[in-house]
Amino acid sequence: MDAIYLKKVLPEIFLKRENSGSEIWLQDVCFFKGEMVLVKAASGAGKSSLCSYIYGYRQDFWGSMFFDDKDLRSLERRDWEHIRRTSLSYVFQDLRLFAELTAFENVEVKNSLTGFRSAEWIRDCFLRVGLGDKIEEKAGRLSLGQQQRVALVRALCQPFDFLLLDEPVSHLDNENNRICSEVLTEEARRLGAGVLVTSIGYEPKMKYDKVFRL
Amino acid sequence: MNLVYKLLRCQLKGTQVVSFFLANLTGMLILLLSVQLWYDLRPFFTGKDRLLQKDFLVVTKRISTFGTLTGRSTTFTSEELCEIFEQPFIRKIGRFTSSRFRTTAGMELEQFGSGFSTELFFESVPDEYIDVKTEAWDFQEGDTRIPIILPRNYLNLYNFGFAPSRHLPKLSEGTIGLLNLDIRIQGKGKQQEFQGKIVGFSKHLNTILVPQSFMDWANATFAEEKAAEVSRVIVETDNPADERIVRFFNSQGYEIEGDRHSAGEITWFLNIFTALVAGIGLLICFLSLYILILSISLLLQKDRIKIENLLLLGYTPEKIARPYEWFVLAVQCGVMVCVWGVLLAARGYYLPLLQELNPTQGGMGPVFWGGLCLFAGIFLWNAVIIRRKIGKTAFL
Repeated sequence: MDAIYLKKVLPEIFLKRENSGSEIWLQDVCFFKGEMVLVKAASGAGKSSLCSYIYGYRQDFWGSMFFDDKDLRSLERRDWEHIRRTSLSYVFQDLRLFAELTAFENVEVKNSLTGFRSAEWIRDCFLRVGLGDKIEEKAGRLSLGQQQRVALVRALCQPFDFLLLDEPVSHLDNENNRICSEVLTEEARRLGAGVLVTSIGYEPKMKYDKVFRL
Repeated sequence: MNLVYKLLRCQLKGTQVVSFFLANLTGMLILLLSVQLWYDLRPFFTGKDRLLQKDFLVVTKRISTFGTLTGRSTTFTSEELCEIFEQPFIRKIGRFTSSRFRTTAGMELEQFGSGFSTELFFESVPDEYIDVKTEAWDFQEGDTRIPIILPRNYLNLYNFGFAPSRHLPKLSEGTIGLLNLDIRIQGKGKQQEFQGKIVGFSKHLNTILVPQSFMDWANATFAEEKAAEVSRVIVETDNPADERIVRFFNSQGYEIEGDRHSAGEITWFLNIFTALVAGIGLLICFLSLYILILSISLLLQKDRIKIENLLLLGYTPEKIARPYEWFVLAVQCGVMVCVWGVLLAARGYYLPLLQELNPTQGGMGPVFWGGLCLFAGIFLWNAVIIRRKIGKTAFL
């Protein structure tokens, strides 16, 4: 997957809203592989909606979206399963971790599906983001900031062309933000992938190629 | 251990497992046990031990007090015989021929130093209706030896009734075959001695039988009266369990000897009874399946967020369904093993009892394979429901 096109897309819930001057909604926008894109907006502007449309688990929008030349609405369940294992990775705003599994197991759930990383790589990554002592801790017992970092490590355990990060560092301090941003940039560059970050003002410290206001 | 199993196992409750297990077990057990019983009991009524692999019934006219007083005939007219023969369920009809000469039989028992002598009668039926196959069953004019077939009841009466009360030895069929009866036949002013040899015992023909060839010769030689009318006939039917047989003979006022005529009625009751019990079993089975489906729906509902998350991580509904399918399979296998255990135990208990009466029983094959198919069907049905429910979660 080399590009994601948005053609005059608007969430259905915004149909009755006056034009807010968004640079994405109702515009023709393109995200290319290899680009770092930041989408900034206030709460309720539809950041998570945008991610969920791209990730394919909501389709309550007007307009059309394409992966290269493929209309998203034409994709079957099997296509989405494949895309989510090989092309798109996503750090959900609500993280979607399994509270009863340990930090390591949460990552392993994804990695066992893709077989993309070795156990050593995962442990090293945990060490780098400052969770070396939390690997065997149940995710439910971790702080939000720690959970956010577990979700980031999990998102890196698959091949991807685009990495969607929905407010990924909202619970991290500056230092942890810097470390995580470093890891994310490194992996994205290594895979030649595009990164799409949403933020309400506190975003990962990366060099963005494009910044949009939603 | 597979993390998906670990994740989804947390929600399984013992009570749910037990309730499904018990419900499924009860339903399956009633269903399969009733079918197995039906298979095992059927040979009794469909006459698997029928003679020559065909079915013969001995038919007489009913003798009533009124009939005796008014002198109503108990013999069959040729029209009546024709009518019987024309019935669709009758294949062949044979007449009983009675002896019309005086017969006495005696025996010297040297070891007891005494003997006995009695008057008796003979009857014959065409050879094809006789259920004892022996080469000795033959008589040519000039022979001094007459083969005789006795009803098995006589031997039983002697062995279990008479002999124990008189401290006499019990006799086997083989021993009896060694005995020689001195038979004297008189008529038309003539008299002739014969050696009677008991060559077999009939289960179904309740009379003292001699070969038809002997009877024809002896009646022609010694009988003073004309040929008597037929008072007993033997008929061959396609299926003695046919309900029409009972209906027809009852409507004509005829009687069928022995208890084999009731096979039709009993088969009918057996079928109704089995259908009823199997129906209840099937109903319980369906209810248990319903409980299972409800439990699984509840389980899937409880696990909805986890399933949703797994789908979002790229898991296929098939992969997510697997732990639930294993759960269903494990419970079903448990049920199957229990059902087979109980079925074997029950059969081990009642089969010896049945075998005393009738050595041929239906095997367990049909019930085994039928049960297996049923289990497979139930499992597949569950698997489809589980996958469909999980698949529906895929698009939110």
